[in-house]
Amino acid sequence: MTDLDQLESQSVYILREAYNRIDKLALLWSIGKDSNVLLWLCRKAFFGRVPFPVVQLDTAMELPEVYAFRDRIAREWELDLKVEQCPPEEAMDPTLPPLTRAAARKTEGLRNLLRDGGYQGVFVGIRRDEQATRAKERIFSPRTLDGAWDVKDQPAEFWDHYKTRFAEGTHVRIHPLLHWTEIDIWRYSKREEIPIVPLYFARDGQRYRSLGEKNITFPVASHAATIDDIIAELAVTRVPERAGRAMDNESEDSFERLRSAGYM
Amino acid sequence: MDTHNTSKGQLRIVIVGHVDHGKSTLIGRLLHDTGSLPDGKVAQVHEMSRKRGMPFEWSFVMDALQAERDQGITIDTTQIHFKTAQRPYVIIDAPGHAEFLRNMVTGAAGADAALLVIDVREGALEQSRRHAYLLHLLGVRQVAVVVNKMDQVGFNAFRFDGVAGQITRYLEELGIRPTAVIPVSARHGDFIVSRTEEVDWYKGPTVVEAVDAFEPARAPVDQPLRFPVQDVYKPDDRRIIAGRIESGRLRVGDTLRFAPDNTTARVVSIEGWSAAPAIAAAAGQSIGITLDKRVFVERGHVAVLDGTPVGTAYRLTVRLFWLAPGTLAVGRTLTLKLATAEHRVTVEAIESVVDIEDLSTAPAKAVRRNEVAEVVLRSRSPVVLDRADVLPRTGRGVLVDGHDVVGGCIVLDYEDTGANLHAVGHAVAPAERAAVNGHAGGILWLTGLSGSGKSTLALGLERTLFKRGWQVFVLDGDGIRKGLGAGLGFSPDDRAENIRRVAETAKLFADAGMVVIASLVSPARTDRERARIIGGAAFHEVHVAADLAICEARDPKGLYSKARAGEIPAFTGVSAPYEEPEAPELSVDTGTLSQVEALDRLLAYAVGAFGNGAVSREDFAI
Ligand SMILES: Nc1nc2c(ncn2[C@@H]2O[C@H](COP(=O)(O)OP(=O)(O)O)[C@@H](O)[C@H]2O)c(=O)[nH]1
Ligand SMILES: [Mg+2]
Repeated sequence: MTDLDQLESQSVYILREAYNRIDKLALLWSIGKDSNVLLWLCRKAFFGRVPFPVVQLDTAMELPEVYAFRDRIAREWELDLKVEQCPPEEAMDPTLPPLTRAAARKTEGLRNLLRDGGYQGVFVGIRRDEQATRAKERIFSPRTLDGAWDVKDQPAEFWDHYKTRFAEGTHVRIHPLLHWTEIDIWRYSKREEIPIVPLYFARDGQRYRSLGEKNITFPVASHAATIDDIIAELAVTRVPERAGRAMDNESEDSFERLRSAGYM
Repeated sequence: MDTHNTSKGQLRIVIVGHVDHGKSTLIGRLLHDTGSLPDGKVAQVHEMSRKRGMPFEWSFVMDALQAERDQGITIDTTQIHFKTAQRPYVIIDAPGHAEFLRNMVTGAAGADAALLVIDVREGALEQSRRHAYLLHLLGVRQVAVVVNKMDQVGFNAFRFDGVAGQITRYLEELGIRPTAVIPVSARHGDFIVSRTEEVDWYKGPTVVEAVDAFEPARAPVDQPLRFPVQDVYKPDDRRIIAGRIESGRLRVGDTLRFAPDNTTARVVSIEGWSAAPAIAAAAGQSIGITLDKRVFVERGHVAVLDGTPVGTAYRLTVRLFWLAPGTLAVGRTLTLKLATAEHRVTVEAIESVVDIEDLSTAPAKAVRRNEVAEVVLRSRSPVVLDRADVLPRTGRGVLVDGHDVVGGCIVLDYEDTGANLHAVGHAVAPAERAAVNGHAGGILWLTGLSGSGKSTLALGLERTLFKRGWQVFVLDGDGIRKGLGAGLGFSPDDRAENIRRVAETAKLFADAGMVVIASLVSPARTDRERARIIGGAAFHEVHVAADLAICEARDPKGLYSKARAGEIPAFTGVSAPYEEPEAPELSVDTGTLSQVEALDRLLAYAVGAFGNGAVSREDFAI
């Protein structure tokens, strides 16, 4: 087995555990490179179909290329796509810094989705190497009744046994890509020929390294116009992946606060 | 182009040791000195340290939580990637505080190797020893020791030797020989990536050289096959058995035996999607297979190559570590998760508790939080397992109480029931019994809603057959519950176990030559399928069919009205499902037939199925 085979096998195992143990599941699809890989792995795990709804938390702020890609893939892959409209920024916690407040809309959208859909588990394509608080995550990460992440009291998780029993009314985040790195995602996308939003590839000396809403995400300087270029770039870069994500660095703990409150 | 991570696979290293001995600092330094920190990180850490009025604090690189930085301790485990010239690594930081031991276990269990960090001024304190012991239990066998804060003792060789000797002896008692013992100053970077020339008495490796010398873990492909079933999918007309191979290999054409039921079937294909069809698969791969026969297989079963042994036990001795607040005492019942199976287990005995300080064992009445003990567990269902020292992946499990994982255990020994239970031969053959009785032994399994008429039919048939001179006996669900099913409730697990016991009992009666009429609601299709496997060819499923409305109108015991009033939880038909048989041998609708007609149908079926139409007494010399 190559290292990519091992990553794939571990993710497939996680997906199948969740599907067997948890009643009502949904997958959060941001339409970015990571959740595309996640969808692909679902098709591997379940022999071609994705056996749960795929949800986009929509702020109406994504770039047009993203919406076009979403609709094409949903059709071609026969996804059960649900678009959840997130509440407006005015409704967010006013004590949060402004950009973080914009990001918090998704937290609220997710809260609504969980409440209305009665989901017990949601798949989220986050990775440990993206961000320091994500590095502290469990693969099966339980949430409190109000959807919060109690980072100081996480369950034991070892030997591939996950927390699959919960108190009534709580839900679990499932992170099948937690152990992947950014470069793994690209190498796997290349090997499997997974479709990708073209915004990741450089045009006029700029590309998106991490895709988010247009008001809080910015392209980085790059000449990487193909997947191979991106892989080569990542091998030498020292710029962090989420450098183009404004809300991460607004204050020392802005991202931790976002995540504790239920952000992805 | 594809040159990253491939030449050498990544290695996972956990950093363990007592709180404050410098684990997080060591990692921060390692990342910095190997050029693995992203731009801006050092500036960020400067700012965080300045705000707290501290000199540059390396541990802030790893301690991502506000609370961790404010209190200066690591609360939860974290993972970070870095590369040396040799290969990529995942570094796992584990908290050293006793209160967060479950987070340490979470971090350490997945590691290929460990660095044990010890403050030279303090030596191996309690958590250093506990971590070392747990590493050994968790199966992490490659350990290098890092003796830290050498700057505080002026790199005194004598002080180093004292600590190095102490921890080496301790590890060796656990069966671990450290691959290196390295004097370092994590804060100042001595012997992390580069050597410090002034310290000429140390000739061994630096930390980076020591981690580069660790061996990557190898998947146990050459061990016996263990393929625990994770799920069964029916995406189309295929029936795919999905799971991950934990050890060994599997090929198309192999005959597999699924323990504990021990049904066998041949592998027809290894299924994939968007991948070339495979003819073989090995340990570590998540796969799906199809079989040549429609045998009953479910999650929790373990496939092995037919003709090779695997343990099956109700009683097992384990070494366990207990992570929950409160103590574990004899009589406590928990759930054991081993591979993909779950079992209800009760603590039968606590043999001894291990003293972490000197590794001695002592008898104890209870196991306290964070202690390690040898314990005997008794399971209600057969556990398919291996000894941990033989096949670790199917020789260990976690213990669950309520919603939470409360501990882990490795299997030291077990009483193998599977191997010794080769059906004992009999001096009397089944056909001889049939000849004497005038009928064969067998099981009529009556399933249906409460009030559908099972008991009435069962008793009517028993009387009728008895008058004809048959050996016949009724096992009624209600009667059974007091004795055979004692201690079992009405949860799906308990119902399954109740049915298993009744099926095993019925099978004994049938083997003894009798006709058994088992009359049980048995609402779950999988439970009845299991009963069919236990009963084998002697098993005949009879659906006593009557609409829910009719049964409810009859309500002979007043149960439906109680259930509707919410007084009986999980009542079949009202608040719990009844899964109708898909292909019963016989279906009798007591809603449309009279009692006499229904009994006639059943009688005709029994005579046809078990009567000596084909077998006559004269064929046998008794
Ligand atoms: N003098 C000195 N102090 C150190 C060294 N390594 C760590 N420390 C300090 O020891 C304290 C605890 O370190 P930390 O890395 O948080 O320990 P952990 O609990 O094992 O992760 C911090 O204040 C560090 O600055 C060292 O090599 N020399
Ligand atoms: Mg620490």
